[in-house]
Amino acid sequence: MDETVSKEKAGKLEETAMKVRRHIIQMIYDAGSGHPGGSLSATDIMVALYFDVMNHKPEDPKWPDRDRFVLSKGHAAPALYACLAESGYFPLEELKTFRLIGSRLQGHPDMRKTPGVEASTGSEGQGLSMGLGMALAGKLDRRPYTVYVMLGDGENDCGQIWEAAMASSFFKVDNLIAIIDRNKLQLDGPTNKIMSLEPLADKWKAFGWNVLEANGHNIAELLEAIHKAKQVKGMPSIIIAHTIKGKGVSFMEGAVGFHGKVPSEEQYKKAMQELGASA
Amino acid sequence: MKPTTWNYEPQRPAFSRALMALGNTRKEIVVASADLSSSVGTHAFSQEFPERHYNFGIAEQNMISTCAGIASTGKVVFASSFAIFCTGRVYDQIRQSVCYPKLNVKIVATHAGITVGGDGATHQMIEDLALMRALPNMTVVVPADAPETEKAILAAADYEGPVYIRIGRANVPVCTTGKDCQDFEIGKATVMRDGDDVTLVGTGIMVAKCLEAAEELAKHQVSARVINLSTIKPLDERILIKAARETGCIVTAEEHSVVMGMGAAVALVLVENAHVPMKRVGIPDSFGESGEPDDLMAKYGLTVDNIVDGAHDVIKRRGR
Repeated sequence: MDETVSKEKAGKLEETAMKVRRHIIQMIYDAGSGHPGGSLSATDIMVALYFDVMNHKPEDPKWPDRDRFVLSKGHAAPALYACLAESGYFPLEELKTFRLIGSRLQGHPDMRKTPGVEASTGSEGQGLSMGLGMALAGKLDRRPYTVYVMLGDGENDCGQIWEAAMASSFFKVDNLIAIIDRNKLQLDGPTNKIMSLEPLADKWKAFGWNVLEANGHNIAELLEAIHKAKQVKGMPSIIIAHTIKGKGVSFMEGAVGFHGKVPSEEQYKKAMQELGASA
Repeated sequence: MKPTTWNYEPQRPAFSRALMALGNTRKEIVVASADLSSSVGTHAFSQEFPERHYNFGIAEQNMISTCAGIASTGKVVFASSFAIFCTGRVYDQIRQSVCYPKLNVKIVATHAGITVGGDGATHQMIEDLALMRALPNMTVVVPADAPETEKAILAAADYEGPVYIRIGRANVPVCTTGKDCQDFEIGKATVMRDGDDVTLVGTGIMVAKCLEAAEELAKHQVSARVINLSTIKPLDERILIKAARETGCIVTAEEHSVVMGMGAAVALVLVENAHVPMKRVGIPDSFGESGEPDDLMAKYGLTVDNIVDGAHDVIKRRGR
């Protein structure tokens, strides 16, 4: 990979991210429930992974050497499904079934139902451990894959995250890269008002991780951070990706209210317009 | 297998032997411990196959979800700790990380029940069967003795999906050496002694006590059938319904709370299929306490006499 990401590549990925954001709004609006805020903040990171970084084969979801992505903050499932559908794991049409009875697209990710979903998540705090398990198995079998785990920032409240943090550095899983979607809001309010996380980078450093920071909406910056993380051997890496909850939709940006709220018809139209949908 | 000639053996070395056998023959077997490897029986495996054993320290939540991640790559993972630390403490991890995606994580819970003894109520897990059998996709096995423990571990390795295996700390009578007990199968109960007047259904260490109770009842011309219900979920309903219809009354015996344990599971099957007088021998709805295992068994109503009394009671209620 080039040290600097070409403008052209970043531009293409940004276009994909816009598409994914439109899918997210559409899915949540159609379903009448879901989590727009944390899906939109995580979008650019997931687009960078699925459409550039990760070595995967949508036509062969169980390929043993594939890189794995674990969405520990399972409520951002719409962003994951949009990335999987755009990658070709299942038809884009199927996004319409999100949260409907009988659908393969559950409210929170189900690895048994959805092609490309690597872990069943939704109960906060468990995904990093699952990713650690995949990383350990990769080491054991000498497979070349990397495991990427996306954490919510509010999820850092969970004790299990820190159990997994301690174990990951102890087991020296340099094939594990975590990314925190640091949008600074959790369901009940700002993270610094609900349960203070800072100094977050220092905490992860103290737990033995290689810590990087990046603008979570600047794809070139994200790609560089991931590239740097992959160079580090003997320890796991974590990227604190600074994001804006609801990113891309003006009235959702930084709004606590849109953690798990569905846009009205008017809001839906406005959101789609802002995201570049053709009228 | 006659009660008068019991040999006593602990179950944990049998678990350890089974793990070693699996480790030698199957590369996909991985073992996880949580700072109790020398107590639960995973230590030998950790020495022989260090690259396939992970010690997670006193962090069971991380252990269970990590095992799920390992299993998601096609491995069969045995995670072991004391029953108190690998059930209630990690219920959500077992539910979300293991059972919901139906992964091959086998939880081997040792030191179950009040026979843990001196450590007292904080270490005496008496409601794990209730918790584990409520979980969709979970299979629950309670071996009666050391030989059955070894068979159950080997069977669990070949069984698709999550399995919870419950064993104790104490030495227990070797009671499954008879011909009928040779073919262990998950989901299959065994009739260990035939009888017509009453059926005694035991699980775990209470199976031997049921056999002793049957001997005692025989002295009073009561012919008791004894069933080893080694799988609590899925229940071998057929054998239970048949026993209820043929003997007309049932006593269950378990080293577990009577609240939603094995006896409750049996009762629910019978109330829908063959409603007969029934008595659950088990720990009353209370916590345990420190003491010698035998003294605790007596104080909490888990003796041969309790089973015998239960049998007389249900026979009386049934009438004839």
